[in-house]
Amino acid sequence: MTAATPTLHSRAHGRLRPLWTAVLAAVPILFLAVFFAYPLVSILWRGLAPDGVLDLAAAGEVLGDGRIWEIAWFTMWQAAVSTVLTVVLGLPAAQVFARYRFPGKRLARALVTVPFVLPTVVVATAFLTLLGPTGPLGIDLRRTIWAVLIAHVFFNLAVVIRTVSGAWAVLDPRPEEAARVLGASPLRAFLTVTLRRLVPALGAASAIVFLFTFTSFGVVLILGGPGLATLEVETYVQTVTFLNLDVAAILALLQLAAVVALLVAQRLVVARRERGERLQAERASARPPRGWRQRAWVTANLAGLGLFLGVPVAVLVERSFRVGDGYGLEWWRSLGRRGRGSTLFVTPWEAVTNSLTAALVAMVIALVVGGVAAVVIGYGRGAPAHGLDAVLMLPLGASAATIGFGFLIALDTPPLDLRTSPWIVPIAHALVGIPFVIRIMVPAIRSVEGRLRGAAATLGASPWQAWRAVDLPLVGRSLAVAAGFAFAISMGEFGATTFIARPDRPTIPVAIYRFLGRPGDANYGQALAMSVILMVVTATAVLVIERFRVGEVGDF
Amino acid sequence: MRRLIVLTVVAAMLSASCGDDDTDGSSATTAPPATQTTAPPATQTTAPPGTQTTAAPGTSATEPPQVEGATVTIVSHDSFSVTEELLAGFEEQTGIDVEILTAGDAGEMLNQVVLTKDDPIGDVVFGIDNTLMSKALDEDLLVPYESPLLAETSDELELDPSHRLLPVDRGDVCLNYDVAYFADQGLDVPQTLTDLTDPSYEGLLVVENPATSSPGLAFLLATVAEFGADGWQDYWRDLAANDIAVQPGWTEAYYTDFTVAGGGDRPLVVSYASSPPAEVIFADPPVTEAPTGVIEGTCFGQVEFVGILAGTDEEAAARQVIDFLLSTEVQEDIPLNMFVFPANENAALPPEFVDYTVVPSDPLSMPPDEIGANRQAWIEEWNEIVVG
Repeated sequence: MTAATPTLHSRAHGRLRPLWTAVLAAVPILFLAVFFAYPLVSILWRGLAPDGVLDLAAAGEVLGDGRIWEIAWFTMWQAAVSTVLTVVLGLPAAQVFARYRFPGKRLARALVTVPFVLPTVVVATAFLTLLGPTGPLGIDLRRTIWAVLIAHVFFNLAVVIRTVSGAWAVLDPRPEEAARVLGASPLRAFLTVTLRRLVPALGAASAIVFLFTFTSFGVVLILGGPGLATLEVETYVQTVTFLNLDVAAILALLQLAAVVALLVAQRLVVARRERGERLQAERASARPPRGWRQRAWVTANLAGLGLFLGVPVAVLVERSFRVGDGYGLEWWRSLGRRGRGSTLFVTPWEAVTNSLTAALVAMVIALVVGGVAAVVIGYGRGAPAHGLDAVLMLPLGASAATIGFGFLIALDTPPLDLRTSPWIVPIAHALVGIPFVIRIMVPAIRSVEGRLRGAAATLGASPWQAWRAVDLPLVGRSLAVAAGFAFAISMGEFGATTFIARPDRPTIPVAIYRFLGRPGDANYGQALAMSVILMVVTATAVLVIERFRVGEVGDF
Repeated sequence: MRRLIVLTVVAAMLSASCGDDDTDGSSATTAPPATQTTAPPATQTTAPPGTQTTAAPGTSATEPPQVEGATVTIVSHDSFSVTEELLAGFEEQTGIDVEILTAGDAGEMLNQVVLTKDDPIGDVVFGIDNTLMSKALDEDLLVPYESPLLAETSDELELDPSHRLLPVDRGDVCLNYDVAYFADQGLDVPQTLTDLTDPSYEGLLVVENPATSSPGLAFLLATVAEFGADGWQDYWRDLAANDIAVQPGWTEAYYTDFTVAGGGDRPLVVSYASSPPAEVIFADPPVTEAPTGVIEGTCFGQVEFVGILAGTDEEAAARQVIDFLLSTEVQEDIPLNMFVFPANENAALPPEFVDYTVVPSDPLSMPPDEIGANRQAWIEEWNEIVVG
């Protein structure tokens, strides 16, 4: 690398040379081609051309079905509303994390990730209690769209808070301060100055939240009540239950088309806003709250966040200790004991080890592939970079059942005989993690001012040195956030992995579902104890990952 | 986490239309401790597969089967469970390495096997049931194997005369009720499917969607068996009008909406006849009475099968694995691992299983062919009526 590095960027623009663009771009493109496009095309082709000849008869049947369009419409609007709610509710908290220093901040930021990894059915048991007539709201929201929307915000708030606060923290606060000095109210200064500078980060966060809620499955079915279903559910049933691959293929394509249209629209809005920003050391921009107003603001925000995310989590923790009519450690003790010796049983230790292994592998794959892609997109120019950006988002919007079944028929010949390999699980997780890494890294990379790099070059630094001295520290914060997400995604068992036949290496979520596969209060209690372990392991791991910041930003 | 939870569950125990049971469940099932358990699986499994009629390509019937060092992969639904020691003992005695590949619930597992039939992901498949068997047979996924242990299997469970699917366990999908709820409310427990449409049970029932759940499908089939192919639709319209909740799977129904487990608000749930014993066995502190009861008039019989996947390179070893699964040793291990009844009539039942398990006297049933021919249409019609 050392010998080649001087030519990595062209000196004038701090941009990648075309050759390097091509070489680096090959990494994510190859990964995506093998683990996404190939399985996807294989299963679509099997559905649409069972005899080797394209037959689109199912298209008429599906697209002429009014019910499908109703489902598509519901899928779109519930995702849009969920996204808007998540962004609006997440912004104030993002500001607090970005601009203020307070005791326990690192821990709080790690804890925010916890809801993100919890199994839907576990959270649902708490939600149905809290949203029932005896809950704190006092109104019965069970089996309504409200329950779905609230749950979507609960699960995805971490995406907005962490993505946006990461970008916000390194934003130079001086323009906003200037606006305040000139007499603008805090709200006005935010709306006129800061908000537009956050557009890239907001775009990234909202795109991810939208895709997650667009493909929502468990939340809609469990909390929404009869009558509510997303396109993802429809595709799942046609694929997994009926094996109607022709109908499933059309539905999968319809879903992808909607996702692509949305991503293109979003890029058009966001791309215009991305420009060089004055970035600033996080240390310099985050201060302890001063005066009662700031203290009240920080306190109110953290309290609100704590209540909204904390109460459902607290209900689950409380239930893991509730034994009979009192409290005890029975479920915790019996975790390692009951059912021992059956092939279904897994000790907490084994589950934690399996989860951590899979999550670390998934994180490394996502960081390498996503990181290289982010470099290409961030420093590259023109259509290829934008194209790569959009294409790498697709796995988030594709149907998990489609991809999972695609793996089965595509990855069946050496050297890609991965159908039943333990590698397939982290690879599938990485597919979901890569878009996070890119979405979080690219705005950070793009927003590094060219002038800084130019200054470094003027001072005699090679482009590689300049990149290390200028870019890396500024994007290091984002890298940590991205790594945390890539890790958490895998801990929470996302997407396609549910549909992969796999060797018996149960992770924590799998162990939880095994407990919840049987009646009996001990099984429920142990599932909750295991869920608490999942929370603790995830929060701890995210905390540790964030300690490994690449080159903390120094004071300028 | 945003995903469908496709774990099936406690599989079921069936009953079956068996004429050999007393109507009085517990006395019937306390079979005398079997005397035939003395044969270790190795002696059973080394029996030459001579009765076998067809051999897989590449396997000559004349060569002695080389199984030492073979790896046999069992493709199974997520609930498959045996005691590890039994499996380890089998592996040691035969030199066969057994791997378990879990592939979602029974329906999803079958479709994965169908999708990969040209290049199978395993050698043995466990858990295809009578609601799915006609599809498995039509798709030509399996090779026949007339195991010597079929002699010990209940004849009425042998639904496949071609011996491609061998019965391995049986159970019942039944409505369960929260005993305390009905006592506290002074409400009579519903006894029949028709009772459920009564306004006094409005808002009390949670069912699983048959499109995403095996017990959900079994319950739909129970209503078709009860009201006929032209009558079940009106029944479900009435049921839907009586405010039922629909969940995607058993876990979601039992642990979110059912009153007994997670704190839900519905005291009636579609579950299994073996759920009450599980409630007792997995109770802490221990209880003597099950908190749930079974409504016998709503039960639908399920039989689960094993078979050898066509295209396996390890057919001889796969046969030994099948024999192992059908042996009394494993069959006696099954009730407390998977909460289903063994198919082997010589297998003794554990007392704690027998004491709390209801064996319905006359569960609803339907020929597998009829299910196979109508399954998708009924599921789609059900969704139009109930989900809208």
